[in-house]
Amino acid sequence: MSIALEHASYIYDKGSAMAHEALRDVTLEIADGTFAGLIGHTGSGKSTLVQLLNGLLVPTSGRVLYDGRDIADAAVRKRELRAKVGLVFQYPEHQLFEADVLSDVMFGPRNLGLDKEEARRRAGAALELVGIDETVYEQSPFDLSGGQKRRVAIAGVIAMEPRVLILDEPTAGLDPQGREEILSLIRSLHQASGMTVILVSHSMEDVARFVERIIVMNHGSVFADGTPAEVFSRATELKEIGLAPPAVTEICRMLKEQGWDVRTDVTTVEEALETILSGLAHRSPA
Amino acid sequence: MVTAKELTFEYIRRDADGNPKGTVRAVDALSLHVKKGQFIAIVGHNGSGKSTFARLLNVLLAPAEGTVFIDGMDTRDESKLLDIRMTCGMVFQNPDNQIIGQVVEEDVAFGPENMGVPTEEIRARVDDALRTVGMYEKREASPNKLSGGQKQRVSIAGVIAMHPKCIVLDEPTAMLDPKGREEVLKAAHMLNRKEQITIILITHHMEETVDADRIFVMDKGRIAMDGTPEEIFSRPGQLKELHLSLPQATELGEALKERGVALDTRVLKPAQLVEALCRLR
Repeated sequence: MSIALEHASYIYDKGSAMAHEALRDVTLEIADGTFAGLIGHTGSGKSTLVQLLNGLLVPTSGRVLYDGRDIADAAVRKRELRAKVGLVFQYPEHQLFEADVLSDVMFGPRNLGLDKEEARRRAGAALELVGIDETVYEQSPFDLSGGQKRRVAIAGVIAMEPRVLILDEPTAGLDPQGREEILSLIRSLHQASGMTVILVSHSMEDVARFVERIIVMNHGSVFADGTPAEVFSRATELKEIGLAPPAVTEICRMLKEQGWDVRTDVTTVEEALETILSGLAHRSPA
Repeated sequence: MVTAKELTFEYIRRDADGNPKGTVRAVDALSLHVKKGQFIAIVGHNGSGKSTFARLLNVLLAPAEGTVFIDGMDTRDESKLLDIRMTCGMVFQNPDNQIIGQVVEEDVAFGPENMGVPTEEIRARVDDALRTVGMYEKREASPNKLSGGQKQRVSIAGVIAMHPKCIVLDEPTAMLDPKGREEVLKAAHMLNRKEQITIILITHHMEETVDADRIFVMDKGRIAMDGTPEEIFSRPGQLKELHLSLPQATELGEALKERGVALDTRVLKPAQLVEALCRLR
């Protein structure tokens, strides 16, 4: 499913003294099947954008289009839209509530009006995708570890079989291995299902390694939009707006300043390693 | 400042009806000593017992076995409860759960007011605390108009206003963006250097530990590793087994060494790696 925003703006408390423009004339298109990262500091408009994307908010002006249809159109049923656009909130495990794992994951599909067998089938498939096996189906979700809880919560959204999956800071509060597991899981979900995935994150290191496109928000507008290499090559500007490029990008930029012949658009340890090795090989005799 | 001896804490697991069905040992015979004025980082995977340990320090939890001494006071001694909490302040992960005032300075004044500090002195303490964390300009603002990093700094000011000797920060940056993280870390280091406040920082971000005097790595409720950042990050294999990682600059430095680059030092920060590489030219 392709998503497009056309000159979308959003003003909180419009017409009051507290009016605040959180999103200003945003135009962008996300093609079907893209794995995109959405970054920006607190208050940059990321969350407002995310809420526009699944119809929780309607733009004050401009349009949000799914497969070319305006979601504000009365003919577009919001319920269907939300079934197609799955949103995993921050700390999604706080939203677990059922007595056992399986019922919790079945809640979403049941709520879509599916019968019990179909909901059970989808829940089973979703739990398998997130790596939760049948032995824990009957357990209380509250007895699981933090990482498991989060995977169950994500399964609850996947079981609705959305065509777009938006995750808001899915690695917040997890240890390094937990972060790696969740991000690898999201990548394999994207590859297996061909879903459009939008990863909202503060962590440039994480985003750089996994996504194919990065959209940077600042003051309610799109500040940068491109591949990780393109976006992080603007390191100095990113720092000015309160974002930190990955440490390896920073290292290569500093080496370049010292006169090294290295690439400055690297975003992963592997890329940095290769360009520094080649920079060493070509160094001028001191 | 902080001494733990054979400290143990167990959570009771309950079934749906609230009947106990077993225990989970979150902290297991843990012993450690933190000297006055040190900056300590505690890392460990989710469920390793870090937060439980933190809660034992200012008596949000009482030990099942063993003892904790805060500045010489035994946390099992109920008559010392308030003294201990004033000595060892705590800052939590979510700024929205710990700010109660309608105005920044009122929130910061809450602690000293509760301690019965005279009004004029409260004024002075609040102003000092807000200046220390760089939030004085926002003293009359409403906390809900602040960024996450600013709110965390107000939380820290609220603790400083009680004049503690020690501050425990339990993942204070987990919900913050890079700028907010930097602000909070700077504030913590400044308190440590200028005010000689002992800092115990609990975090999942290895980059935040590189300036600590000492790192404790927790696993299964015990101390699995203990040393300076240089010592801890020279054992990547062991860290990986404990579900942890290296700071990215260290990882790149290690990868370069593996490929035959003769770096003359172990790097923890980007600038160190750049300097070490430039020395090779």
